[in-house]
Amino acid sequence: MSAVLASEQELSTPERGVWLTLTRDIKLAMRSKGELAQALAFFIIVVSLFPLAIGPESAVLKRIAAGVVWVCALLAVMLTLPRLFQSDYVDGTLEQLALSPYPLPLLCAGKMLAHWLSTGLPLAMVAPVLGLQFGLDASELLVMVAGLLIGTPVLTMLGAIGAALVLGVRGGSILMALLVLPLYIPVLIFGAGAVEASLAGIDATANLSLLAAMLLFGLVTTPFAAAAAVKISLD
Amino acid sequence: MSLFKYSAPSSFYPLAGRLVPWFGTLAFLLAVGGLYLGLFVAPEDYQQGEVYRIIFIHVPSAWMGMFIYLVMAMYALLALVYQTRLSAMMMEALAPTGMMFTALALWTGALWGKPTWGTYWVWDARMTSTLILLFLYVGYMALVNAIDDKKRADKAGALLVLVGSINVPIIYFSVKWWNTLHQGASVSLTQGNKMAATMLAGMLIMALACWMYSIAVALCRVRAIILERELHAAWVKDIREVRT
Repeated sequence: MSAVLASEQELSTPERGVWLTLTRDIKLAMRSKGELAQALAFFIIVVSLFPLAIGPESAVLKRIAAGVVWVCALLAVMLTLPRLFQSDYVDGTLEQLALSPYPLPLLCAGKMLAHWLSTGLPLAMVAPVLGLQFGLDASELLVMVAGLLIGTPVLTMLGAIGAALVLGVRGGSILMALLVLPLYIPVLIFGAGAVEASLAGIDATANLSLLAAMLLFGLVTTPFAAAAAVKISLD
Repeated sequence: MSLFKYSAPSSFYPLAGRLVPWFGTLAFLLAVGGLYLGLFVAPEDYQQGEVYRIIFIHVPSAWMGMFIYLVMAMYALLALVYQTRLSAMMMEALAPTGMMFTALALWTGALWGKPTWGTYWVWDARMTSTLILLFLYVGYMALVNAIDDKKRADKAGALLVLVGSINVPIIYFSVKWWNTLHQGASVSLTQGNKMAATMLAGMLIMALACWMYSIAVALCRVRAIILERELHAAWVKDIREVRT
């Protein structure tokens, strides 16, 4: 907490707000590695359930690989969203952050970045192994990882808005799924679409570019929306 | 008279009460006229036969489903910028109607799809995004219902609708983006329309009817919401229907 209470000298650069919450949240995440591993394990287990349910024919598995990996990534990211604000909300840190002289959107941006580094990035790193289980080739795996690297930050950013809105609300986690999953659908379509395109032998850059467009648009808008949501929940 | 006079629930309540019968009557008359035009006057479609007549309810519902969400987004902006309570109440009043029209559009679309495409549902872009729109309505209503503090529920719902409204243009342009099985729009300002004049007239009149219906129902509902929320305000106790 003391890192957040900045001296006046540090305040000369409000961008430091990003750095402060980023380092703090990363530090907190590294201290509970078990929690990080849980999301990854969930991702791997759920992806591995699909061949068991559908059957081991490699042609079918190859067709559904992208969709399965992306849906599971969506769910894994969604399940970790409470980590963004929940504990800070409960112990009052979030209120202190909102009162701190740093702009709240920048503090939220730092939190989002930390969340992505501790969930989206590991998911994207594990995904190729799962892709191999489904019989994807190297070029398709590359497209899938690229898509996940561009797409999972968008999931974190949109999710942060939902996570902030349901703070302290009863039935929060199911409610958050209702709020967040519809907003995730475009990311899902283009992310899985990129792999489908490369499976069909078409250039995947159109899908990846659309994902990147969402990422850039999200970067400039979602920190403000998340900050507004945090303020609403703290009122 | 200031424009903001009616942003106070106490002065909007009687105004809404006076407007409801007008919009209700208008909706009824337009619906009767539109249905007559659509079901009896308009010619049979040379490709689809009689089945096409479902567009007289399908297209207006789809339009209203999207339009109501946009209106809610506008109220959301007002609620967040001007902090007007009434805007949030209007959002809450509009949401069930918007959800109903979106569900109706999907339902009638499925009924039309079976004889025409041979299937109730295809995962086509426009249908899918209408389904997403339905989810957005569900999410909004779930969020507003889950938060007990009305002030917070209003603002949270408004923010959610604003974020979701980015989705409405995606719905509109999805046909061009994905370009799948769904037929392209038949009503187009640039290429001239490909429909018979009576078909178009029937559809537009039905759209107006649905619009007027939405206004009437939303005003009715907002009156109930105002009474519920302002139950302890002095002006509510002086209203005739509350006193008796």
